Amino acid sequence: MLPELSREEILRYSRHLLIPEVGLGGQRKLKSSSALIIGAGGLGSPAALYLAAAGVGRIGLVDYDVVDASNLQRQVLQKTGAVGERKVQSARQRLRDLNPAVQVDTFDEPFTSSNAMRIAEPFDVIIDGSDNFPTRYLTNDLCVLTGKPNVYGAVFRFDGQASVFDARVGPCYRCLFPEPPPPGLVPSCADAGVLGILPGTIGTIQATEAIKLLLGIGSSLAGRLLLYNALDMSFEYVTLKKNPGCKVCGPYPEITALIDYNEFCGVPGLVHDEGSAGRGWDITARELAAQLKCGKAIHLIDVREPHEMEISCIEGAQNIPFGELAGRLSELDSAQEIVLFCKMGSRSRRALELLVSAGFRKVRNLQGGINAWAREVDPSQPLY
Amino acid sequence: MPAIRIPAPLRPYVDGQAEVPVHGATAGAALDDMLAQYPAFRPHLCKDDGSLRAFINLFLGGRNLRDLRGLDTPLGPNDILNLIPSIAGG
Repeated sequence: MLPELSREEILRYSRHLLIPEVGLGGQRKLKSSSALIIGAGGLGSPAALYLAAAGVGRIGLVDYDVVDASNLQRQVLQKTGAVGERKVQSARQRLRDLNPAVQVDTFDEPFTSSNAMRIAEPFDVIIDGSDNFPTRYLTNDLCVLTGKPNVYGAVFRFDGQASVFDARVGPCYRCLFPEPPPPGLVPSCADAGVLGILPGTIGTIQATEAIKLLLGIGSSLAGRLLLYNALDMSFEYVTLKKNPGCKVCGPYPEITALIDYNEFCGVPGLVHDEGSAGRGWDITARELAAQLKCGKAIHLIDVREPHEMEISCIEGAQNIPFGELAGRLSELDSAQEIVLFCKMGSRSRRALELLVSAGFRKVRNLQGGINAWAREVDPSQPLY
Repeated sequence: MPAIRIPAPLRPYVDGQAEVPVHGATAGAALDDMLAQYPAFRPHLCKDDGSLRAFINLFLGGRNLRDLRGLDTPLGPNDILNLIPSIAGG
């Protein structure tokens, strides 16, 4: 039995009620339906706002993070005054301000194999707005194992992808990407940047797909991958088919329960702690500053992109962008002490691996990158 | 001349190009030609046995090569192979 709409709700949703594909019955369906959003960030923000505005009765938000000033360029659920607050708390308040009738369930905890089933159980659709591969594979496997649709979106600089992975009727995420890329090969938005509006476009597409699924109308993106490029303003589709060898949704699945996704993706337990190269290969900003002050000869190599040098720099450093490093090893002297750095330490960690594999031994990674340098040594440099 | 379209995350490995013109009558030959031009790209795209890594998909005309003839899929002179990797940003 679907819930009735109040007089206030009839007025609020009148533009929906006028559409024959939605109408009074559809709006009552939305009121009785639910969506879980994994990640209250760039994708989750527009998705949550539009689902709340549309009158989806119950919205779940999973995020284990605080609002950072660098989020505000794209995470439109958040506001300047919420910097430092728990993300899901400020997001819940924003959604309540928008539509007090919507039930907002918040999960201020890491989304893991041990709690994913419990968190997802009451929800009709799952929206993947996460920002890392372990969570994406976890979300996919969860959806396959529980028979829920996975409304997928992902962004990088000017490029976006969207699809609906529903293993009951088509391919799942693993059918398309059986394994994640090697750690570090595909940089994160924190390292590579993202156009602030881009997750708005893709997150809004995810909200659209979720509403269609909840209403049972239209043709979903199941079996298609949408590729959006904001620079070209191009939308392309490619066809996706179920992979008969898929390890989770194929006829002979190897994965029948949730697994350890950090191990599967080859990343450390804390997926955001990528600025370290590991014991013995790191140097802290304070250690580096002390050694430079003592006059120690250190070849500082900044592996960021040239345009990042305009934001902040360490005096005396040579810029060799990571992508050029393999072709410029002849410029380096393996007998000299080398310290590599980037913005936060993940690109320089990969640069260190490249140098070590080329035979360099006197090389270290500035832990936490130039941002750590700005925090601990030279506050005149901005954080970004 | 066929070409391989390179997504933004992988462009640093091909001198920043969005499309790499290639020679080759099949998808595999075209891929080999690109990797001969940019050998440092090979270990990221291919396993030691030469097969494509599982996070990479090549599409031709909107269809996944896995659903066609794989790397033996014939290429016409104006065909564009679309290389689509997994991205995780959100």
